[in-house]
Amino acid sequence: MSQRHVLPVVPSRMTLTQIKARLQGARRGHALLKKKSDALTVRFRALLREIVDRKFRAADLLRNASFRFAAVKYVVGEELKHVVLEGVDHAETRLRVRFENVAGVPLPSYRCVTVATDASTAFESRENGAAEALNPSRSRVVGATSIVQYRGLGRGGQQIISCRDAYQEALSALVELASLQTCFMVLDEAIKITNRRVNALENVLIPRLENTIAYIVSELDEQEREEFFRLKLVQNRKKRELARSQATELRARERRAAQALNAFDLNSFHEALGAETAAAESLLEQTTGHDPDLLNI
Amino acid sequence: MTETSIRPPDGSGDRLIAIIGDEDTVTGFLLTGIGDRSTPEPTFFVVRRDTTDDAIAEAFERFTSRREDLGMILITQNAANRIRGNIEAYEGRVPAVIEIPSKDQVYDPRQDTLMQRVQRLLGIRDR
Repeated sequence: MSQRHVLPVVPSRMTLTQIKARLQGARRGHALLKKKSDALTVRFRALLREIVDRKFRAADLLRNASFRFAAVKYVVGEELKHVVLEGVDHAETRLRVRFENVAGVPLPSYRCVTVATDASTAFESRENGAAEALNPSRSRVVGATSIVQYRGLGRGGQQIISCRDAYQEALSALVELASLQTCFMVLDEAIKITNRRVNALENVLIPRLENTIAYIVSELDEQEREEFFRLKLVQNRKKRELARSQATELRARERRAAQALNAFDLNSFHEALGAETAAAESLLEQTTGHDPDLLNI
Repeated sequence: MTETSIRPPDGSGDRLIAIIGDEDTVTGFLLTGIGDRSTPEPTFFVVRRDTTDDAIAEAFERFTSRREDLGMILITQNAANRIRGNIEAYEGRVPAVIEIPSKDQVYDPRQDTLMQRVQRLLGIRDR
């Protein structure tokens, strides 16, 4: 990192605790997101292999179905296409979407569902895989209704049914593939987002918080040193002043002691007194003339 | 961050399957009952010899963006190759676009957009 990224905070003990708490939070979040990313990636890699397998299996099934179709065409003739294309009405085979939760990411899964559109009212839905295995007679009925409309073809019913079954098999494989494919896309994006978050925490937020903590600590240390220096300064000054006042007192005491030893000198006293009164008079003269504060009555 | 949320399917909760492809493949799949004509536009599109690329692209766009009731779109590799750009540009998840082999052509995973992505990721992640 070329620049020191520091959050704009006032360096104090309180902000230090706050930032430390944030750093802890960020670290925990980072660990959790990392785990999520790992979980998703494990799932993702399994998914990739499965997609490849399913894709080739579906291709095989479809090739088989194409052969069956060719057989039907041979028996029934070209008019099959037109009858089928024109005979389309309501979709009987539909998709049902379910959501599965993997590490907080909703993954859709499709299921093939046959909706028996009875001409009048009832929408009867039935799961294609399990229910069909349990109740084959019923599936025949549904199958029969959808074949009924091709009655006009007159022949090749057996081939049409086997062809339809082949395509149904291929279709359910493709539906499974669609679930996987959608999961693949969702997971791909989720992994990217999670990784982006992990990286942002790891490379931006956490270093910034650490820098801020370092900054606050250094700033606090600096303050402490200043405080200490100031304390010493004041202490020294006080000590010096004390020493000085003690020294002057000592000197005065010495002088007094010396004077006490000497005989009293009246002349020198008068001299000193005379000088003082002269100074006072001259002071008075100086001021009386021009002092605006004095009243001249 | 393109968070395209997948709406839970409405009403009946079921979605339709659309198919784009040559006549035989479409007919085969229609035998399974995936076709639907309850809306003005049917859920299948037949690519004939004289169908233009634009028409295929138009059908693809209609299925992917203008309809809300589709769950997946099957498209034969022949048709997909003709509108490869549109398929690669399609970013949505629902409907899922699935390439299937054409009737008269061997399936080639190297041409499949999804398979390309998968293979690339497998290659990178398994190194």
